[in-house]
Amino acid sequence: MAHTNKSNWELIKNGMFSENTIFKMAISLCPSIAVTNSLKNGFFMGVAVIFVQTMVNLTVSLIRNFINPKVRIPIFMLIIAGYVSLIDMSMAAFARPVYKQIGLYIQLIVAFASIFARAEVFAVKNKIMPSVADGFGMGVGFFLAMIVISFFRELLGKGALWGVPIVPGHPLLIMILPAGGFFAVGLLMGFFNWMDMKLAARKAAQETTR
Amino acid sequence: MDFGKLFQLIIAASLINNFVFTRFLGLCIFFGVSKKMETAVGMSITFTAVMVISSALSWVVFKYLMIPLQLEFLKIIVFIGIIAAFVQSADTIMKKISPSLYYKLGIYLALITTNCIILAVPLINAGEGYSFIESMAFGLGSGIGFALALVIMASIREKLELADIPAPFRGLPISFIVAGLIALAFTGFSGLITL
Repeated sequence: MAHTNKSNWELIKNGMFSENTIFKMAISLCPSIAVTNSLKNGFFMGVAVIFVQTMVNLTVSLIRNFINPKVRIPIFMLIIAGYVSLIDMSMAAFARPVYKQIGLYIQLIVAFASIFARAEVFAVKNKIMPSVADGFGMGVGFFLAMIVISFFRELLGKGALWGVPIVPGHPLLIMILPAGGFFAVGLLMGFFNWMDMKLAARKAAQETTR
Repeated sequence: MDFGKLFQLIIAASLINNFVFTRFLGLCIFFGVSKKMETAVGMSITFTAVMVISSALSWVVFKYLMIPLQLEFLKIIVFIGIIAAFVQSADTIMKKISPSLYYKLGIYLALITTNCIILAVPLINAGEGYSFIESMAFGLGSGIGFALALVIMASIREKLELADIPAPFRGLPISFIVAGLIALAFTGFSGLITL
């Protein structure tokens, strides 16, 4: 991807849907299963990623003319690790109960392929505003994926949402077990593929009738 | 040295708390390289070796540099730096010393830096306060666990290629469901050893 001429809104939408990190690109999958056993955990993880992704793209884009391409990988790593430490410590201070559960995964945002990839393929080559829009879109795409997965897992596994019981009776315990996470992501991924196929088929049908 | 405890650590890290199936780390690589048996085996060998060495290195740095200087809060940055530097140098050294091995395993080395297990193990070691030998045992156990997961998955996926799967589920979605089933089997290991 070279210099972009898409509008900022298009960039945000691109990150949210057509290049959704989890369902389309299938990278940064670890937290999509690890922290989605309740809506709350998923929400905080998503917020952390939006922050890191946007700030990393902003920073990389700001200093893009000063980065020597040969040492860009360690530099990106340092920038990402800096922001991750920041969010890690603020969460440890302000959201203690959630941090106890998802702390390890917050720290591991450093190793996210998606953040690194956006810095590498987008932010180093583009101006500040598009980079911020791209980072924000990617972050929101991840956030939405987390919300969708954790919504289904908590509703089915605990019969509750955000810790508030909704469905009485015996829930499907398996959905909050590790295995349920794999099932949920697999089924949702299949569902989105199916939707894409339907949409593509409809578009093709419209074009032939025209 | 208490070998019983070390053995327990290795078993616990590889089977009970298997990184892929109970902690969900390293999934990108797990789904990325498990398409073929050959790549899965190559990745496992490289991964286990890097795992042991990098947990040893980061233990030394954490214990003798960061704790005396009270820099524990920088552990994320320092550990990722150590790992990246080690992987990069291993890459260069391997290219010089044994080109044939490099052509077989070199590509996996580059991929490893994006694996979250490699960062998680030093972080957990530091968090749990393991000793030097224990850290290495934990690294070895994690490596073995990851290798086991990869090999199981690769052998299933090679068969899946020939199966008649509904179109939207081909590729990744069905692999996720298979992984879910294996994870269910791995839940059976819980309670095998209590540490």
